[in-house]
Amino acid sequence: MAKTHVTMKVNGAEVEGLVEPRTLLVHFIRENLMLTGTHIGCETTHCGACTVDIDGMSVKSCTMFAVQAQGSDITTIEGIANADGSLSALQEGFRMMHGLQCGFCTPGMIVRAQRLLTENPSPTEAEIRMGIAGNLCRCTGYQNIVKAIQYAAAKINGVEFQEAAE
Amino acid sequence: MIPGPFSYHRPATVADAIKLLSDLGDDARPLAGGHSLVPMMKLRLATPEHLIDLHGIDGLKGIRRDGANIVIGAMTTQHDLLASSEIAGSLPILHETALLIADPQVRYRGTLGGNVANGDPGNDMPALMLTLGASYRLEGASGVRDIAASEFYQGAYFTALEPGEILTSILIPVPAAGHGHAYEKLKRKVGDYATAAAAVMLTKANGKVATCAIGLTNLSETPLSADAAAKLVIGTSLDDATLKNAAAAASAIMSPAADARGPVEYRKHVGGIMVMRALQRAFAKAA
Repeated sequence: MAKTHVTMKVNGAEVEGLVEPRTLLVHFIRENLMLTGTHIGCETTHCGACTVDIDGMSVKSCTMFAVQAQGSDITTIEGIANADGSLSALQEGFRMMHGLQCGFCTPGMIVRAQRLLTENPSPTEAEIRMGIAGNLCRCTGYQNIVKAIQYAAAKINGVEFQEAAE
Repeated sequence: MIPGPFSYHRPATVADAIKLLSDLGDDARPLAGGHSLVPMMKLRLATPEHLIDLHGIDGLKGIRRDGANIVIGAMTTQHDLLASSEIAGSLPILHETALLIADPQVRYRGTLGGNVANGDPGNDMPALMLTLGASYRLEGASGVRDIAASEFYQGAYFTALEPGEILTSILIPVPAAGHGHAYEKLKRKVGDYATAAAAVMLTKANGKVATCAIGLTNLSETPLSADAAAKLVIGTSLDDATLKNAAAAASAIMSPAADARGPVEYRKHVGGIMVMRALQRAFAKAA
């Protein structure tokens, strides 16, 4: 099958490559761009481990072809840290609140949560849980992921994070 | 999992898309949000030789008023529906239903047109479209035609779409102000298709039901309109006996498949309960 030339912006850098039409975006990101932070979990559009941000939308990159991302602006987990390399509020929240155990879902969780907080900087707990409903975690029971996102929201809003009583 | 090989086409106009579909015939499939088709392609259950991606066609997206109708472009995503103040204001049941579809990532990509055109009995929008009296605009080589949602569904994945036709927009009559509405969906987990779901639109007069429409999701090979059940509740104030009769009348037309979501009897039973809950909630909301 003839290959197609694609160009897109990934984490601020212009990138290009030759892909078959059937190449999934997640494979292009991991194997052509060698950005392996974006994980492949279920491959059936359920788990959200492959979530990346495309033109302001959280997208499961296993369910989109690389040719469809022609000209788009993509952020992966590798593009989440602050410009000086320090941890972003979300990354810090996941560290401080123990929002990960095995870490497999974490890149998708953080990329998704970033979009969630951009759209809704002060989400309620219920809004956070609905907002990450497309990301599965098999370790944490989600409790500490929710806390991590609450921590990040508080930090972004410049208020002190207070853990809810359990 | 990697799909089989195919050629990728990205037309810029509906006319170009129709021409491609006509020229390439059965080997070509239109691609909307892709969240039904791409997983099927990865499983090799679908192996189109040509994909015609509709994302390049600007005119297929958007929500507008056209007289007494709300017209929604086929490529409008569930996320777009949720973000629309027009939908939240005039068609709140569409907002409510969109929020029960899949998960946030899928809603950013999944489209209303894809949801209604695919003919998947598990999709939520088709039964809602029956309930709302919607119609679909189909465009093909021989021109444009509108078809009522109630005439569109012929069987699981079989619809009135002719080869070479594309569903380009959905026309929904604006419901009466003060109407009551509810979409009740039982599902095993977030993101799942309905075990059973019911849509209700009704209006009240003098404290009693004046008009009512009921739609059923995933309780047959096609979405169902529970007309006999809807007729039973008109003129009542939804007392317990009426609710039970309506649920029984709705259950009588259900023919769900036995699958991982439960045996036939269970799904019919919970289907009746969804009808009762949707009726009660819609009645409480109606002015």
